[in-house]
Amino acid sequence: MSRSTEPLIFELSSPGRLGVDLPRCDVPSVDPGKAIGQNLVSSTGPDLPELSEIDVIRHFTRLSKRNIGVDTSFYPLGSCTMKYNPKVNEDLASLPGFASVHPLQPADDAQGTLRLLYELEQFLVEIGGMDAASLQPAAGAQGEMTGLMLIRAYHMANGDSARRKILVPDSSHGTNPASAALTGFEVVEVMSNDRGGVDLEDLKRLTDETVAGLMLTNPNTLGLFDENIEEIVKIVHNAGGLAYYDGANMNAILGICRPGDMGFDVMHFNLHKTFSTPHGGGGPGSGPVAVKKHLTRFLPKPRVRKDSDGRYYLDNDCPDSIGKVRSFCGNVGVCIKAYCYIRQMGAAGLTEVSKNAVLNANYLLSRLKGTYDLPYDRTCMHEFVLSAENLKSSGVKARDVAKRLLDYGVHPPTVYFPLIVHEALMVEPTETETIETLDAFADAMIAIARESESDKEKVLGAPHETVVGRLDEVLAARKPDLRWKPRAGAAAE
Amino acid sequence: MPYIPHTPRDQERMMRAIGIGAVDELFRDVPESLRLRKQLDLPEPLSEMELVAELNEIANANRGVDHYTSFLGAGAYDHFVPSAVNHLVSRSEFYTAYTPYQAEISQGILQAIYEFQTMVCILTGMDVANASMYDGATAAAEAAVMSLNASGRKRVLVSQFVNPEYRSVISTYLSGGLATVDELACPGGVTGIDQLRAMLDDSVASVIVQYPNFAGIVEDLEALAGECQRVGAALIVIADPISLGLLKSPGALGADIVVGEGQSMGNPLHFGGPYLGFMGARVKYLRYLPGRISGATTDGEGNRGFVLTLQAREQHIRRERAYSNICTNQSLNALAATIYLSLMGKTGLRRVAELCLNKSHYLAGRLCEIDGVSMAYEAPFFKEFVVRLPMPAEEVVNKLRTHRILAGVPMGRYYSGMENLLLICVTEKRTKEDMDEFVQRLGAIL
Repeated sequence: MSRSTEPLIFELSSPGRLGVDLPRCDVPSVDPGKAIGQNLVSSTGPDLPELSEIDVIRHFTRLSKRNIGVDTSFYPLGSCTMKYNPKVNEDLASLPGFASVHPLQPADDAQGTLRLLYELEQFLVEIGGMDAASLQPAAGAQGEMTGLMLIRAYHMANGDSARRKILVPDSSHGTNPASAALTGFEVVEVMSNDRGGVDLEDLKRLTDETVAGLMLTNPNTLGLFDENIEEIVKIVHNAGGLAYYDGANMNAILGICRPGDMGFDVMHFNLHKTFSTPHGGGGPGSGPVAVKKHLTRFLPKPRVRKDSDGRYYLDNDCPDSIGKVRSFCGNVGVCIKAYCYIRQMGAAGLTEVSKNAVLNANYLLSRLKGTYDLPYDRTCMHEFVLSAENLKSSGVKARDVAKRLLDYGVHPPTVYFPLIVHEALMVEPTETETIETLDAFADAMIAIARESESDKEKVLGAPHETVVGRLDEVLAARKPDLRWKPRAGAAAE
Repeated sequence: MPYIPHTPRDQERMMRAIGIGAVDELFRDVPESLRLRKQLDLPEPLSEMELVAELNEIANANRGVDHYTSFLGAGAYDHFVPSAVNHLVSRSEFYTAYTPYQAEISQGILQAIYEFQTMVCILTGMDVANASMYDGATAAAEAAVMSLNASGRKRVLVSQFVNPEYRSVISTYLSGGLATVDELACPGGVTGIDQLRAMLDDSVASVIVQYPNFAGIVEDLEALAGECQRVGAALIVIADPISLGLLKSPGALGADIVVGEGQSMGNPLHFGGPYLGFMGARVKYLRYLPGRISGATTDGEGNRGFVLTLQAREQHIRRERAYSNICTNQSLNALAATIYLSLMGKTGLRRVAELCLNKSHYLAGRLCEIDGVSMAYEAPFFKEFVVRLPMPAEEVVNKLRTHRILAGVPMGRYYSGMENLLLICVTEKRTKEDMDEFVQRLGAIL
């Protein structure tokens, strides 16, 4: 056990220190009070911490050591596709030729970036089996919001304004209902059947002329491919609704099957999951939307286009567009990394990605299913959901298993999701992990299950090997401490 | 296959353990009718070496601001980024991590977010802040949504000199019948207080202005706040964080919610993203705040630590009753901003702001010495300003580009009747020499 704390940057501050070397002013100085008005100019400037460059470097280097990522540990966080992030893509995305282009420079100055965005759209269209795409949404949830706006625009254009409902399965990601509500839809939940798929009878019962669409991920959040998918989409389409595909689980089906072929009208991709761009500790992501022909004219503007001379440009003349969902063209730097990944993998490589992701998941499943409950005992796709319900007699919960895994040096699976499984542990190994890594994880999971019998205090008291012990989340929520404040009596201004 | 480590022997071992003879058997739940019978139509794969060559060629087809002397701003800014920023955000313990759901092995990110939140509060004068939004535009839109949820009202007023990109995003976000959006004109370059007074009533959830505004002008927030308070509307201020090195914080002048674009703080231009939005608010909005929030707490032994907190607000708990759907945000960009502000500190940020102020005023003065060029507005400005030209600004911009000068953004792209107006931005990176050349070239054209 090596508990330690790192001072806050503010606690390291010493008046008068400076961490940058700025140029002297080469023009006459202006009196801010005279130029802007005394009433609007601060006398002192903001009370930011004062440190030298080496202080800042050491502080954030120490912070980085208090964090783990895919580069440090196996990270089988279900639904998040924490695959290896190729280093070359980091280098290429930060080439000055890409990084130094201002978004309002004329298209002639941005031909490289525009070409890349144009081609990435084409790649995603092909991978999804769709007709057109927009890279503007900044993350998966924004892709969902955009897709729902497209669905609404489609119905409104048809004079079909009574469609106010969006159907979501009870196993869906929380962003699905939240996106629907933010977009002004009423959310209706569809039950899952005993195989973990959509309950067709419940779906039929709920689908009528007030339904704007259905949001679905397939494979679903249980990691199971819904074999009734064609029937499901047909039910929605027959009632005049549209089908939305949540692309969070695309890593299971690259080159195997396509949402467009399943009948979906609109979908989003998570470039930071399927296409290997790093997640950055909570972003930036990128959530492009792709659509079938009948929704193309509603896509966010500007659209990236290519003229007959092969010149790329941004087209703002999109009268039916839902408008802009984000400034400029989206998280371009992230798009560059995804583009690199697709160019390096190629079609055969992407298909191998999904095959090996599914192989890895089933291998882990085969090693763990005797030790943990498996609520849906089926062949899984790229991820699977266990339940720690069987450990409950010893008082050990999914949360405790997760915390104990930290001592074994791995990031735990997603816990308590999907909501329809009690004590859920959702495991997604991805294709980039070796069999040795998978075995080490399985061994740790099995060891923890045994400890739950033999030494449960060790599990309940975990983690033991981390820089801090188990943190009190209840206290954090009950007495919110969300910012540092100078100690009372310390010298203010 | 790159990045897939399995040998055929590994795969066989795994298949044996699963009890299958071929990987294809694992896809048995995919109906035959849906199986893709062709290979995806994608370019032939490239080796890493070929990829590097290809991407360099694509990048070289761009000509970024470094190729020119740039006076472009309008929401994306060419500020200086100290080397230390990139070195630190390139630590892969940060950038290859997911959202910090498991606090005990995510203390680095969680503490950095807590420090970011504190810095946002310091700059904006707000009580609380979140971990970041997608960009300034979506932060403004979510602030509007917040004001609707908190007040139960259905109307938002937006100043004409809020960045047009932002106004467009706000309109999109509120298009589902959540609220009506009305525009406030800016006579003389500032949000018109008489019109505001006339339009404000108790149906208005919020008034959104920009500080400094799109034309670079420093709005008198105190007067606007006074009007808002009269009817209980929230004053939402979109602020340029660099300007806050010099200007009074919007909070000190009566703002209720302060958002903005954080790109200026340590993030490259990158043709528009990834950037970061920041959001601070008065404490009464805490439960309506979208997105991730890091909070301090302790472990069983009393050690200080940080966790994602107040998660009962968020989509993964509240689902359709959540006030926002945001999940992934712009954590790494916020980390860059935190490092930038740590390096700058109190003195550095003020110096940067002063350099911007001095240089923009120098250039404005010099430009107005040219016959036919004048300031479009007689109001105080910070690092951007609008000049009136004797000919269409688009023409001027095109001509100066041939002299490797990006002169600015023609206002006519966004506002009718402003065809001769040019929005010019001067950051600390422009030298006197750059500006003198701009003046000389413009003089020669006119």
